Amino acid sequence: MKRLAFFPEQASTMAGQVDGLFFFLLGVTAFFSLLIAGLIVTFMIRFRRRPGTWPSERSEPTHSLEGSFFLETFWSVVPFGITLIAYFWGASIYAALYIPPENALQINVVGKQWMWKFQHLEGRQEIDELHIPTGRAVRLLMASEDVIHSFYVPAFRTKMDAVPGRYTSLWFEATKPGEYPLYCAEYCGTLHSGMIGRVIALEPTEFEAWLAGIEPGAGRLPVAALGERVYQAQGCPTCHEPRGDSARGPSLAGLAGTAVPLTGGGTVTADDNYLRESIVTPQAKLVAGYPPIMPTYQGLVNEQELMQLIAYIKSLAPARAAAEKR
Amino acid sequence: MESARRVDYLNVDYGVRSWLLTTDHKRIALLYLVSITIMFMIGGLSAVAIRLELLTPAGDLLQADNYNKLFTMHGVVMVFFFLIPSIPAVLGNFLLPLMIGARDVAFPRLNLLSWYVFVTGGLVTLFGMITGGADTGWTFYTPYSTAAATTKVIPVALGVFINGFSSILTGLNFIVTIHTLRAPGLRWFRLPLFVWTHYATSIIFILGTPVIAITLALVGLERGFHIGIFDPALGGDPVLFQHLFWFYSHPAVYIMILPSMGVISELVTCFARKKLYGYTVVAGASFAIAFLGFLVWGHHMFTSSQTILSGLIFSFLSMAVAIPSAVKVFNWTATLYRGSIAWSAPMLYALGFIGLFTIGGLTGIMLASTGLDVHVHDTYFIVAHFHYIMVGGAIMGYLGGLHYWWPKITGRMYPEPLARIAGLIVFLGFNLTFFPQFVLGYLGMPRRYHAYPEEFQVLNVFSTAGASVLGVGYLLPLLYFTWSLRYGERAPANPWGATGLEWQTSSPPPTENFAVTPVVTQDAYDYHEAAAPVSEVLVRG
Repeated sequence: MKRLAFFPEQASTMAGQVDGLFFFLLGVTAFFSLLIAGLIVTFMIRFRRRPGTWPSERSEPTHSLEGSFFLETFWSVVPFGITLIAYFWGASIYAALYIPPENALQINVVGKQWMWKFQHLEGRQEIDELHIPTGRAVRLLMASEDVIHSFYVPAFRTKMDAVPGRYTSLWFEATKPGEYPLYCAEYCGTLHSGMIGRVIALEPTEFEAWLAGIEPGAGRLPVAALGERVYQAQGCPTCHEPRGDSARGPSLAGLAGTAVPLTGGGTVTADDNYLRESIVTPQAKLVAGYPPIMPTYQGLVNEQELMQLIAYIKSLAPARAAAEKR
Repeated sequence: MESARRVDYLNVDYGVRSWLLTTDHKRIALLYLVSITIMFMIGGLSAVAIRLELLTPAGDLLQADNYNKLFTMHGVVMVFFFLIPSIPAVLGNFLLPLMIGARDVAFPRLNLLSWYVFVTGGLVTLFGMITGGADTGWTFYTPYSTAAATTKVIPVALGVFINGFSSILTGLNFIVTIHTLRAPGLRWFRLPLFVWTHYATSIIFILGTPVIAITLALVGLERGFHIGIFDPALGGDPVLFQHLFWFYSHPAVYIMILPSMGVISELVTCFARKKLYGYTVVAGASFAIAFLGFLVWGHHMFTSSQTILSGLIFSFLSMAVAIPSAVKVFNWTATLYRGSIAWSAPMLYALGFIGLFTIGGLTGIMLASTGLDVHVHDTYFIVAHFHYIMVGGAIMGYLGGLHYWWPKITGRMYPEPLARIAGLIVFLGFNLTFFPQFVLGYLGMPRRYHAYPEEFQVLNVFSTAGASVLGVGYLLPLLYFTWSLRYGERAPANPWGATGLEWQTSSPPPTENFAVTPVVTQDAYDYHEAAAPVSEVLVRG
């Protein structure tokens, strides 16, 4: 037995805030539970039925108390006030937990039965272990290869489901170096309880060294470069010129993050989920002015390759994207 | 003993046909009682296996797949085949007509049909469990249930689908009965709270159950015929399933707790000899809970990738449920003030209910608070919370009610001192089982884990120890209730000196309930006049 723990370690910028809300609501819970229990026990003793009248005879009459409008209002308004605090306090933390800061370090995550695969954009890959720097916001772009999983690090007080068919994301910033347990929190089959790992937070300099370190096995390329390989291998350039529009498909250069006009009106922002959808189910949202000729790539590229492709598309960006944003 | 020859609904006929073809709501209630007790034992035995496996961190007692099937069986059986029918189908069936002075429910044959539908659903699900079992959890989340699981998902889900119709029939029957068969003088605001909460529950039965039926049918279609609805590989949306599932399954929690709240209102008033404090407020709160219950399903999905805005809206609506719930707790507590409180077994269950429901409800506020839920979602904190509501709340209410009405149902008294001890054992065992799970959850132990890291062991050992105490607490009533059928003291018509109409007829009641239709002249819970009769009823026998 390692040690008897009653409270989890705090290791992220959000952990203290979540615990603050928890202690407030724990106080509320303790106060009202003890109040009700105290009143019940007090009344039980103080107003207990005198011996000899139980069970089958009617005891002396009790006093009838009519409901009081003041009391009913009072004990409706007090819980209402407390729930308002719980709501707004919770909402502010919820937004902070799920809206990543600008310039967070992106790491790609794919969950599959029953492992977590991580890929750093510089190329280093890991399974069931995730190295991150302390003091810097890390944003996970998550996908699932099969069923729903959930990425959960108790020491960071946060989790997010990895849902097949879409990207989800989660961010956190570790505050101190250490190893923190990582769990799959959404039931995913036989070895659900074995889908665990650890997050290893390193000082930034150590992290840089780790990132540059030699990975056993194959040589590695940045994710965007891997994406270019997939792009070539799948024959994407036939229709999507990397640097300009062709008659068959729109150009990918500078596409990421822009507003794309759609057939049938309206626009959509070319974010990760849109790019993913356009590869997997191209007919779902068709770019205005192009025929619906692109076949689906579902089953031809796996989730990791999809993420690589998207990283490649994003690497084709800068000048035009920046110009269009203005 | 002298009145032993009196004809009642039990001794009127002993033939098997007279039971299996009965349309007497009281006999149907007993058919349900036996069936759900068997289901409770099946669900309970799987809980025993789960707790034994969790005694040690390693997954050593059971194989992972078998563990997963056991917690699925525990959830499916306990939720769909025990908790949901428990109070409505047993106590509700038995008592609603009696409480409103009716001869039977509005549709007696539909009532019998609902039991056959229940049994059919139960047998189909058990068939699936025995021939291989399902390992999806009671929540049947997609795409695991439709694409990945290799187990008997379809028969297990089909049984739940079938069972749903018995809920719908029961709900329909109750609503029509309450509307049309009330005795003369029994105006709406003279109805016992038990009747009010069953009305509110029936609305959920009728409006909610079709949605789970449709959802499970869609799971079957996708799994069996690859029609893409939820599985993204077939063009479906897995999160859509969660919306549909919880649209029923959150209100289902109120199906479990509202009838229990009705029971508690009867017990607290009777054993404190007080009118229910704030009667109309408590009745209204039942409907507020039933209504709001339909608007909060998204609070199960704060980490599911639904938008932040949806999360916040569902959070706000979930908070709203806390208010009518809190109002009820305060009103029950206020009812005790200046009462004449008997420490009898049903009352101990009722008071235990109030305490445990308070903890369950307040931890519910924690979970409705989005920023906190993200951390504890899908951990043992959730498991602890819903057991405080479903076991600490619903089952405490069910057991309290069973004790209270046992003399009416069987004509026999249960052994009071033993029942009080059993009640205390249940209370202590329950807290020892589930309180450590709050701590485990906040520490981060995810639910549905067959094996777990060593630092969680101590609390799991507490929990398993508590479960064995709780098991004893549940076995005792089973034994002494059975014992009392033969050896229990004969019960008078009104052993508790209670006011409800059901106490105005003999114990057990005759098949026709009342020899003469009672006329009601007073409000419910009129405990304040020493010996005033509630109705001018002539009791046969």
